[in-house]
Amino acid sequence: MRPVYIVGIGQTPVGEQWERSLRHIAHDAVIPALRDAGVERVDALYVGNMLSGELVGQEHVGALVADFVGLRGIEAYKIEAACGSGGAALRTGYMAVAGGLHDVVVVAGVEKMTDTIGKDTTAGLAMAADQEFEAAEGVSFVALNALLMRRYMYEFDVPHAAFGHFAVNAHHNAAGNPNAMFKSPISLETYRKATMIADPINLMDSSPICDGAAAVVLASEPVARALRNGRRPVRIAASSVGTDSLAVHDRRDPMKLEAAWISSHKAYQQAGVTIDDIDLFELHDAFTIMAALSLEACGYAERGRGVWLAEEGEITIEGRVPVATMGGLKARGHPVGATGVYQVVEATLQLQGLAGRNQVRDANIAMTQNIGGSGATVATHILVGE
Amino acid sequence: MSVARSWRTRRQRYSLVGERCEYCQNAIFPPRDVCPHCAEPAQKEYTMSGRGTVYSYTTVYDPPAGFEAYAPYPVALVKLDEGPMVTAQLTDVGADDVRIGMPVEMVTRKLSEQGDEGIIQYSYKFRPRWEQQAVAA
Repeated sequence: MRPVYIVGIGQTPVGEQWERSLRHIAHDAVIPALRDAGVERVDALYVGNMLSGELVGQEHVGALVADFVGLRGIEAYKIEAACGSGGAALRTGYMAVAGGLHDVVVVAGVEKMTDTIGKDTTAGLAMAADQEFEAAEGVSFVALNALLMRRYMYEFDVPHAAFGHFAVNAHHNAAGNPNAMFKSPISLETYRKATMIADPINLMDSSPICDGAAAVVLASEPVARALRNGRRPVRIAASSVGTDSLAVHDRRDPMKLEAAWISSHKAYQQAGVTIDDIDLFELHDAFTIMAALSLEACGYAERGRGVWLAEEGEITIEGRVPVATMGGLKARGHPVGATGVYQVVEATLQLQGLAGRNQVRDANIAMTQNIGGSGATVATHILVGE
Repeated sequence: MSVARSWRTRRQRYSLVGERCEYCQNAIFPPRDVCPHCAEPAQKEYTMSGRGTVYSYTTVYDPPAGFEAYAPYPVALVKLDEGPMVTAQLTDVGADDVRIGMPVEMVTRKLSEQGDEGIIQYSYKFRPRWEQQAVAA
């Protein structure tokens, strides 16, 4: 397999982009990424997207975006793995370049979630779950995460307030990210008083519904060398995907994100690193419970102990495991199919020393983890600054 | 839910018909034809008793389309006595009275109505087995 480099990045501000449609939002990320890379043509475009069909009534997004960014003629597809679509699209682009089929490709993630009203968006998101035996019973996607959180609190004797540190950290970091949806810090008091959505999950446990797109240009080593723009080269040292049952009720142990364990441990092996080598971790904090479970599955904490890393300050930019360094899903925002690509754009900024006041000191190795559904698809990438 | 899907899954929703793996003997619900425990073919029908305990629970305040009229409503993961877990609504109980570990039993209840033209959807819900708790107490 050939080494694969990230040679260009682009992202739109995350939020409610009323004036821009799905295709325009994708354009607003892909064009800057192509310019950043200094390329006009690429061999292929892979678009991570979950809900274009359900929320915008538009499928066939690969060809649509290719056309709208001036790349008519190239190979282009949409890649879908629920909220893990962006990570899965990156994995697809990585395979194309690493396998030698393409020399330079662009991977975009895009989601338009605000064209529909709340209940329809909620029903759309529930499509990440088992339609016949979870969603059919009236169980929302938030409720599935609430079931996990309630059990976690019961089994490991954790008070709800302990999860608040994930939200506080995310909002604190988002304040330093010009593209974040929520740029104002919150206090633990704000967290405790937030509106209940599905007990015990409140508004501050949850990532927001929003629009956004991000893109990265991937290239083989010779192309990356030719394109060198003075910034630090960033190589994708590992790319892996693991899966688990779609339904939470079918898990061997609902308190363990098995797909995250599989995916992360495969990634450590590919990259030849241990968690102690990783300087920052862009995890999938769609809900605070997911952040805790991810930290455990990736080996940062024992079962039932992930939540305490947040309380102990380990997850801040100065901490042992900085997470959500640009705001994470909670505060940068979670435009579902775009999220996995945002994570990689942000990790690249960190490795290139371009993260501004959120810069993790001496960041050389970064991990990103994008989760589809309540843990059924998990894509993990490890990036190395050379 | 579409009429066809509702019809196709009626035996699961009305009477918890699942499967039992003939290789590893695990009970399976919902039926899936390949055993999730040992990956062998599993197509032997097996009906669950409908009794179980609450593994976890929550209340839906912000329901998906089609369930607006019923919110808020309690939902749970129910661990059936035979082993499988089921995602279902709870009924005949207030949200404040639900506890993890609470014994419950399956009943048939209306799940949703799709207006004048659509179908009325029935499904399993679970209610407390109060007598069981009285004994346990």
